[in-house]
Amino acid sequence: MSATELSIPSDLAEARRVQGLIEEALQASAFSEHDIFAIKLALEEALVNAIKHGNQMDPDKRVYIIFQVTTDRFEIRITDEGEGFNPEDVPDPTDERFIDRPSGRGLLLMRGFMTTVEYHGKGNSVSMSKVREISP
Amino acid sequence: MASQPPRRRRLEVEDIGDIAVVNFVDKKILDEQNIQMIGDDLFRLVDELGRRKVLLNFGNVEFMSSAALGKLITLHRKLQAVQGKLVLCKIAKDILDVFKITKLDKILTITPDEQAGLQAF
Repeated sequence: MSATELSIPSDLAEARRVQGLIEEALQASAFSEHDIFAIKLALEEALVNAIKHGNQMDPDKRVYIIFQVTTDRFEIRITDEGEGFNPEDVPDPTDERFIDRPSGRGLLLMRGFMTTVEYHGKGNSVSMSKVREISP
Repeated sequence: MASQPPRRRRLEVEDIGDIAVVNFVDKKILDEQNIQMIGDDLFRLVDELGRRKVLLNFGNVEFMSSAALGKLITLHRKLQAVQGKLVLCKIAKDILDVFKITKLDKILTITPDEQAGLQAF
């Protein structure tokens, strides 16, 4: 199956539209509800990061998305036009010292819910994949 | 100038004895602005209405992102500070993973259903 490429402005409503599109593609490929929840959650976190932290909600900056649904996995790459960041600089939100912080859990959830999460270049581009769960 | 969205009810609060049982109106707890308002409403229960026992029922909630977790921790700390208690109940299995991955299940009291939640105080 070929990949779908999209670009959206730094607008959370547009991010929701992309999530809707991807959810439809996953349902059409008969991914389980459990997998769809995991992917939607990781997408929510990654897109909010790109729009809010990456592009700083700048309406002139865009977010570029390329995704592919195959028989055994879902793959996506999300790139923003921000300055990027080093994922290793994000304090561990499960550490007792940081657990009261209101943010920093998005990355942890992306890693928890997806099979792979990898940042590229200066950290303004993330690729994620989810291997389809095998039906019991 | 940005216009303010109309204020709408996001929580349903029912008193069972001295416990405030809170149900979420929204199926999805997303968007910073929405979460900010939910947080404000929750904090008001403690700060202004003097509630000390709060049971959050997630039975209606189908989706929730990390943005909401900070509010739950703040509410938990606020209640701890006044010798109160926060209990969460009826969290869908997938959403429970959100709490497990972030290890908040170790800090917050989570019960399977409302009855168990009421007994956890």
